[in-house]
Amino acid sequence: MSDKILYGYTGIFDTPDEIILAANKVAEDGYKKFDVNTPYPVHGMDNAMKLPVSKLGYAALIFGLTGTISAVTLMYFLSVFDYPIVIGGKPFFAFPAFVPIIFEVTVLAASIATVVTMIALFFKFPNISHPLHDTEYMKKVSSNKYGILLQADDLKFTEESAKELLAKLGAKDITAIYYDQAEISTEHKIFEPKFISLLIIIAVVVSGSTYFALNKLMFMVPFNWMMEQSKIIPQDNNSFFSDGKAMRTPIEGTVARGNMPYQFKGDPESAGKYLKNTLLPTEKNLDLGKKKYDIYCSPCHGYYGEGDSRLRGQFPNPPSLHSEKVRTWTDGRLYHVITEGQNIMPSYASQMTRKERWATILYLRVLQRSLNAKESDLE
Amino acid sequence: MNEIDYTREIPVIEGRPALREIDDLIAKPLETKPDKKYYLALAVTLTMTGIGAIALLLSFYYGTGLWGNNNPVGWGLPIVNFVFWVGIGHAGTLISAILFLLRQRWRNGIARFAEGMTIFAVMTAGIFPLIHVGRPWLAGYLFPYPNQHSLWVNFTSPLLWDVFAVSTYFTVSFIFWYVGLIPDFATLRDRTSNKIKKLIYSVTSLGWRHSNRHWQHYEMVYLILAGFATPLVLSVHTIVSFDFAVSIMPGWHTTIFPPYFVAGAVFSGFAMVQNVLIFIRKIFNYEHIITLNTLERMNKIILLTGSMVGYAYAMEFFIAWYSGVQPEQFTFINRAFGPYAWAYWIMVSCNVIFPQLFWVKKIRRSIPIMFVIAVLVNVGMWFERFVITVTSLSRDYLPSSWAYYAPTLVDGAILLGSFGFFFTWLLLFTKTLPVVSIAEVKAVVEGSQPSHGDH
Ligand code: HEC
Repeated sequence: MSDKILYGYTGIFDTPDEIILAANKVAEDGYKKFDVNTPYPVHGMDNAMKLPVSKLGYAALIFGLTGTISAVTLMYFLSVFDYPIVIGGKPFFAFPAFVPIIFEVTVLAASIATVVTMIALFFKFPNISHPLHDTEYMKKVSSNKYGILLQADDLKFTEESAKELLAKLGAKDITAIYYDQAEISTEHKIFEPKFISLLIIIAVVVSGSTYFALNKLMFMVPFNWMMEQSKIIPQDNNSFFSDGKAMRTPIEGTVARGNMPYQFKGDPESAGKYLKNTLLPTEKNLDLGKKKYDIYCSPCHGYYGEGDSRLRGQFPNPPSLHSEKVRTWTDGRLYHVITEGQNIMPSYASQMTRKERWATILYLRVLQRSLNAKESDLE
Repeated sequence: MNEIDYTREIPVIEGRPALREIDDLIAKPLETKPDKKYYLALAVTLTMTGIGAIALLLSFYYGTGLWGNNNPVGWGLPIVNFVFWVGIGHAGTLISAILFLLRQRWRNGIARFAEGMTIFAVMTAGIFPLIHVGRPWLAGYLFPYPNQHSLWVNFTSPLLWDVFAVSTYFTVSFIFWYVGLIPDFATLRDRTSNKIKKLIYSVTSLGWRHSNRHWQHYEMVYLILAGFATPLVLSVHTIVSFDFAVSIMPGWHTTIFPPYFVAGAVFSGFAMVQNVLIFIRKIFNYEHIITLNTLERMNKIILLTGSMVGYAYAMEFFIAWYSGVQPEQFTFINRAFGPYAWAYWIMVSCNVIFPQLFWVKKIRRSIPIMFVIAVLVNVGMWFERFVITVTSLSRDYLPSSWAYYAPTLVDGAILLGSFGFFFTWLLLFTKTLPVVSIAEVKAVVEGSQPSHGDH
């Protein structure tokens, strides 16, 4: 025992009434570093020990408000600036419809943070060693006895006076608790390399598996089966109809609403020659063009027309739109590509109105000009 | 039989057991080897789970066409089951949080178990929204994360609110449960002589040493969590009801849905907790901890919420008539007398009529009768969700698109599997963790609190 350090003196009581009196006496005696160990919280003990009220409520308040504010800001930013979409005629910032999520995030943040604060600050997690562990004293107080502990590092503490005080209070089993400095420390261990590396491992595993699930798994059999479905698509065979096609032709003599026949089918040269862009490059038209380009063209051609597709090999990468060839094409020629498609590039005639197609071309010109500016643009 | 003396508060725990006895009793299932009956029960639930798992694999391989869902009825059994299980999950937090705030000390004996059931029920419920999309591996898209499409989720959709509500509910319930377990882990740690168990309990008890300086913060955290969990538990089924109420389907588009759903959830949750507790107290000899008085109190809550549900049924009819909206009127008449009348009347008799028997004290205190009534309540509540989901969809505004919905065998197998899954967890729980809170029960044993001072 001699090489061990004295942690304190403990005494045991049998009833809650005794322990509460004892705690009160010790506190009145001027002891600061003492503790009471009871198998369950005893009413009135905080007062008896003269403990200040727990401040954890502030942690809940602060983290809860942080949750509220982050939820509001995030939703505001995402639905008003980053990708505004009109849904059900609601305004972009539809506050009443945001309330449920704001509430949930607040509760989640506050609950997790309060518990983590308690565990980290007050329980000194991840340090779970303590001189009291594995003592007879601990075994008793965790079951059916009420114990009091006078710590050796209190200013008033001397071995004699502690023993005397405990005896005077009527405590039983007065014992000294010793500990070995090498084995037990009461410091915080959050910054210990072992613990930090555990956290890092967890972070790596979580982010790695998320990355795998989102970027690899989705493209493996059978998770990529969305393409094959046993429904009939327009280009399929279908023995149900006499012509063997799944797709039906319009009834003879009828024209679809808004249909405008395209004169230059399969004739890009004439389209380039005769079709003229009637839109002016006003700010409004360019805005429209940018919007449509970003939606319809950018997945394959890239946001700046450089052929840097975002489809990651699921569709062949197109050539750059900044080539000499495309730059010298007339607007009409470009209109033809959008309307009819070109080789594997599909037609966009059914997705985009005529005006939108012309506006997109205006915007495409801006993109091209940005990489191949003329001297005169500098002014 | 024996008259209750009302001049004195009824003790929550009967017979004034010594604190050590409580330890021994509650830790006993963890320290003894499970018997044959336990393995038999586990075999049954695992078989059920297996059947469900096979049905699910088939559904993923061949697609959701194996289910009964058809064109007007796009929401079939998966959504019915989801709402049912989330509902079951409501009793736990209600008992542990709301009754805690209301200082109902009788809750201490049953809170831990009810919370466990909450967690398992929410886990079971969570399966259904995932599978009903047909490709559960795409569920990640439900969370707003910066993605390649630069698209975000729709924050104004009740279905998204659901994602947040259910995952928050699960997390907070789990934390609440764990915080409650910390002192018990410490008690177990100091009891056991087995090295491995000791290591596990040492880690899970986070170094707890029953110090009052810790108890003080601990109680504060418990209070804060209860304070948060209370509105949370009300919000979860409210939001689930928004899935229906925010749409414009006749029979769904009503403002009574949130309180009606919450009452229904508590109703079915309590019934389920009561059912299982009847077994637990018998098997583990907890009759003096989970007393007949406690069960009677639960039955009173079942009676109360059952009457609220009955009121809601009546009010729905009244409002359909009073609003003068034809499709609404049709929907309700169709519910009661249309092709799903059988389901409707099962629901009404199980939820409204039978629980009214609890007005009689003898019935409230008779274990076999209360067991049967609670089983019927859960049957009724399952049918309530069925009636709401299916009748409205199968006959909406446009008679040309009406169709009858009938679940298939695969649907049934998945439902069976969900029960298996839930009860498997429950069985494992009874053998691995203390199903009654040791510390909380000790705190309400007579004579465990100082006789002077205020409390
Ligand atoms: C599905 C992917 C895809 C989309 C979306 C797409 N393109 Fe293309 N585009 C291609 C491919 C692939 C080619 C190369 C076709 C070929 O082999 O000739 C191409 C070629 C072109 C060309 C001719 C380039 C050349 O050098 O021959 C132009 C111009 C063009 N696209 C414009 C557009 C515009 C404008 C849009 C938006 C309306 C658009 N593309 C949308 C894939 C796409």
